[in-house]
Amino acid sequence: MRFMVMIKANADSEAGLMPSEQLLRDMGNYNEELVKAGVMLAGEGLHPSSKGARVRFSPDGKTTVVDGPFTETKELVAGFWILQVKSKEEAMEWVRRVPNTDNVESEIEIRQVFEAEDFGDEFTPELREQEDRLRAEAAKNA
Amino acid sequence: MTATDTHRVIEAVWRIESARLIAGLTRMVRDVGIAEDLAQDALVAALERWPESGVPDKPGAWLMTTAKRRGIDVIRRSARLEDKQAELARGLGPDGAVAPAADAAIDDEVGDDLLSLIFTCCHPVLSTEARIALTLRMLGGLSTEEIARAYLVPSATIGQRISRAKKTLAAAQLPFEVPTGDDLAARLPAVLDVVYLIFNEGYSATAGDDWMRPGLCEDALRLGRILAGLAPREPEVHGLVALMEIQASRIRARLGPDGEPVLLLEQDRARWDYLLIGRGLVALDRAQALGGTTGPYAVQAAIAACHARARSAEETDWVQIVGLYDVLSRIAPSPVVELNRAVALGMAHGPASGLELVDAIAATSALEGYHLLPSVRGDLLAKLGRAEEARAEFARAASLTQNARERALLHARAAGLGHPSTG
Repeated sequence: MRFMVMIKANADSEAGLMPSEQLLRDMGNYNEELVKAGVMLAGEGLHPSSKGARVRFSPDGKTTVVDGPFTETKELVAGFWILQVKSKEEAMEWVRRVPNTDNVESEIEIRQVFEAEDFGDEFTPELREQEDRLRAEAAKNA
Repeated sequence: MTATDTHRVIEAVWRIESARLIAGLTRMVRDVGIAEDLAQDALVAALERWPESGVPDKPGAWLMTTAKRRGIDVIRRSARLEDKQAELARGLGPDGAVAPAADAAIDDEVGDDLLSLIFTCCHPVLSTEARIALTLRMLGGLSTEEIARAYLVPSATIGQRISRAKKTLAAAQLPFEVPTGDDLAARLPAVLDVVYLIFNEGYSATAGDDWMRPGLCEDALRLGRILAGLAPREPEVHGLVALMEIQASRIRARLGPDGEPVLLLEQDRARWDYLLIGRGLVALDRAQALGGTTGPYAVQAAIAACHARARSAEETDWVQIVGLYDVLSRIAPSPVVELNRAVALGMAHGPASGLELVDAIAATSALEGYHLLPSVRGDLLAKLGRAEEARAEFARAASLTQNARERALLHARAAGLGHPSTG
């Protein structure tokens, strides 16, 4: 299963301040660890919201463009990873290891990505039935 | 946090740490079986303690320290292994803490240990089935039950397979090391083959009611990506990863609404996973940049990339694909490659030239009993308007396949030929 892991913005990231050299290095090592573990599919950092924009859709079909920056800093996303892991717990376990060298208060959000497996093998009645059959056979042979 | 929550966390930690744990322990005790038992003991200890004490900050280090302590206990009781005690003790400080070392050195060591573990699990003294089970268990972090579920066999079967394999490895007294030079070149293909076999069992299941089991594809991809990180200079490793990423990109397009298979050229390309395609193309570039243009996996990946780059089935560069199959049939000749080459020939130069090659393959009877031979022949005959013969071939193919979904598709194709007006 896949998760989108989002690092939330803070005053520094919104001000366009780069993290310390040490944090950049630690983050690089962390990303390397994710890659070497075969779990990282993608990951990017985002520019501050001052360089972004929002497109608002109104019920009458009109669209309006609102330029950044946006004020609700803690709700903004400053960077993300796409991780492919076995469980939500595994995603959380990886996130617990994100370096926070600069000791700032920050928050990371974990959201599951919809994909084929959501209605895939584990959930088909056929497989469940088959499993039950196998269990029964195994019990018979035991 | 409830006990169940903690158990889930422990399972996740195990998934992340177990391979490194087993690899590090194997280096010390020189026996994969004992190392895995030690790691399992540490897991049991975590299951006992963490629900009360909470999950430690560095769970991997906790597991390793616990396993090493238990290792020393075991070795103390076993005179046969006495000489290993000193070796084990060297890894521990006076209070049993793991001795500190420079991060980079640890990384290199861990990488070597993991690679050695992969080569051990895929060692030629083991049967292919044993290699697969061991690799999933030791490197993929899958439990015996998970492997059994993936392969639709009782877990007792997998359990026996793994314990027999451990005994075989112990008896063989293999050095725990990464092969080098010619040895590496000779043994790497076996490792890649094990990973690709796992992928393929997920991608086109040989048994069962489902046409695919995507979970196994993910396990294989993860193993392949790990391997690429451990052996970044081996072009074929990147070739294999490229092949798997591109094939996996089609998984959601390969299933119709009722779970029936959808063939490559009929797939809705909007449903392909372009994140995986992008990763596959990057991996293929890497393989080729390392000089791997003629490795069997890189060539297969290049063929898969031709399909991935075509925005519609009609835009497929079949002439280039025929050229790549020509290369493949030189470097890795097999009747199955010939059959695929026949398909490509049929697309590039018309069904008659494809049929000519298929008939030549059929004459050798090398693929007798292989359902795709009559299936491909039926397709070419249908395109040539020889409906009667095509129908017989599809029926024969249906009688040969073990997969229920595929059988239904073949019956449907045979039936479709019977009513050209509804075609």
